[in-house]
Amino acid sequence: MDNHGSYKSLINIWILLMFLTVVTVGAAQFDFGAWNVPIALIIASVKAGVVALHFMHLKHEDGLTWVFASYPLFLLFLLIAFTVTDMFSRVVN
Amino acid sequence: MSQEQEKNYLENGEGFASWFFTVDHKRIGIMYLWAIGVFFIIAAIASFLVRFEHLTPGQTIMTAHTYNVLFTLHGSMMVFLFIVPGVAASFGNFLIPLMIGAKDVIFPKLNLYSFWLYLLGAAVFMIALAAPADTGWTFYTPYSIESGANVILITFGIFILGFSSILTGINFIVTMHKLRAPGMTWDRLPLFCWAAYATSLLQVLATPVVGITLLLLIGERFFGLGFFDPARGGDPVLFQHFFWFYSHPAVYIMILPAMGIISEVIPVFSRKPIFGYKAIAYASLAIALISFLVWGHHMFVSGQSKLINVIFSVITYAVAVPTAIKVFNWLWTLYKGSIELSTAMLYSLAFIFLFTIGGLTGLFLGALAADVHLHDTYFVVAHMHYVMIGGTVFGFFAALHFWYPKMWGRMFDEFKAKIAFVLIFIGFNVIFFPQFILGTLGMPRRYFNYAPEFQSLHQLSTYGTWIGAAGFILMLWTLMRPLPGKAPGNPYRSLSLEWSMDSPPGTFNFDEIPTITEPVYNYGTKIEEES
Ligand SMILES: [Cu+2]
Repeated sequence: MDNHGSYKSLINIWILLMFLTVVTVGAAQFDFGAWNVPIALIIASVKAGVVALHFMHLKHEDGLTWVFASYPLFLLFLLIAFTVTDMFSRVVN
Repeated sequence: MSQEQEKNYLENGEGFASWFFTVDHKRIGIMYLWAIGVFFIIAAIASFLVRFEHLTPGQTIMTAHTYNVLFTLHGSMMVFLFIVPGVAASFGNFLIPLMIGAKDVIFPKLNLYSFWLYLLGAAVFMIALAAPADTGWTFYTPYSIESGANVILITFGIFILGFSSILTGINFIVTMHKLRAPGMTWDRLPLFCWAAYATSLLQVLATPVVGITLLLLIGERFFGLGFFDPARGGDPVLFQHFFWFYSHPAVYIMILPAMGIISEVIPVFSRKPIFGYKAIAYASLAIALISFLVWGHHMFVSGQSKLINVIFSVITYAVAVPTAIKVFNWLWTLYKGSIELSTAMLYSLAFIFLFTIGGLTGLFLGALAADVHLHDTYFVVAHMHYVMIGGTVFGFFAALHFWYPKMWGRMFDEFKAKIAFVLIFIGFNVIFFPQFILGTLGMPRRYFNYAPEFQSLHQLSTYGTWIGAAGFILMLWTLMRPLPGKAPGNPYRSLSLEWSMDSPPGTFNFDEIPTITEPVYNYGTKIEEES
């Protein structure tokens, strides 16, 4: 087809992902308090981003594909934002 | 013309393997049609028994547990095995390539795989009936965690069905982007295809959420993870958020393809171009996008935040706008048309009437104060059935009659089919209109027992099922016994591409891929008179 799946770059990405996995495991060894979840999520998002850009070829795609790919992120944001408001309206004993 | 193309798709190959391993989108569509038809009948029988139980207060023919199992079976089977995959997978498969001038969908093998996944999911679902769930089709926690029934198995079946849905959606989206015939621009695309496109977007974007939710449920039941159980740090309302984040868009997965059918039938039998083509096409997309923003209207009394209640209520009103745009455009298409009351047209007109009632009663439920009173009553049951039966099923029946000659290459007895329509229409309204009244009087849904003062309305509703069942049996009998003789290629003088070839179509649809030069809905114009 074309060369955006060359073995060399794919293997590099794989090594990067493995490295990030080590970082995930490493970060889990320390207690960052309230930052535990955000840190884990940031590392996971970087991993997901790399997979989407390279393995899923988003890097080489046109604007329309980007629109399709970002809309679910907007939905995910909404799902979390609207659901979390429940927490603020509850009376905690 | 190749040898295979000379035979029509029904004759090209015989026996089980020629169907089960086919990659022909038309045969796959027909197999879906049979499968969803079987599940529709089973689920309808369950509802028939549920209604029969309500002839008297207290026990009539079954125990309370059997009653709970039957309404769960009815709801979950109707939703996940019939109405969600239903129209899109059957008529979508059969029609989309024919309508856009393609020889098949873009991934024919993936299409077959989707069908196999559907069968696998259905099989798991049926196996789960060994210890049938009594949770209602929504599987709300905490009861779905505690219930002794096969909740894991049935939800796993639904999880598999979700994949079938996602893959079909992807297939249709790419097909419509890549395989449109020369000249079939987006603004000439038949409105059924636009509706199927919007449906596919919803299938791809929303279905993963219900899949994950059901996995979380399985994880909680199986491994004791604390997602929804407060004792383990979970939150039962979270389940409702996740569930409705999928299930409200799913309502539009169910209704949009039926709206597409109505947009095809009305102009043909009014002999007029569809009014407001672009408005209808974009309304489909608008519905698809806004439908993601309203899920909380199912949860006004669940304890979610008050601020979000108000926001959800307002957006719910907004989603009525594109829906109303469609209704007004259909009505305006009828205006001063040369209307022919064929069976398909009767179902379509009934759709507009009943769906409008279903839609407007939805606004009662979307209003915060009214919902407190109406929530979880028969008013909701009636509203939902006016949308799902009066809308989707009537649209589905319209399609069964309208494309019957194209699918089977035969004609049916219109007179008998119209009698069946009248019975179904009367039966439906006798079943569900009293339920609006029951609901406003305070009769809760899903209750085995009821107070004596509700009996006459409950009985009336049950009598309706007998009229409706008689109509449905007559409809099946009529469609199963086609008239002798071959159907013409285009019996209704439609201008749409799927009518341009013989009935039934050859295996590869078109001898030569056509070039489109005119809009699809040019009825009653100069072009039509020449042809
Ligand atoms: Cu809803």
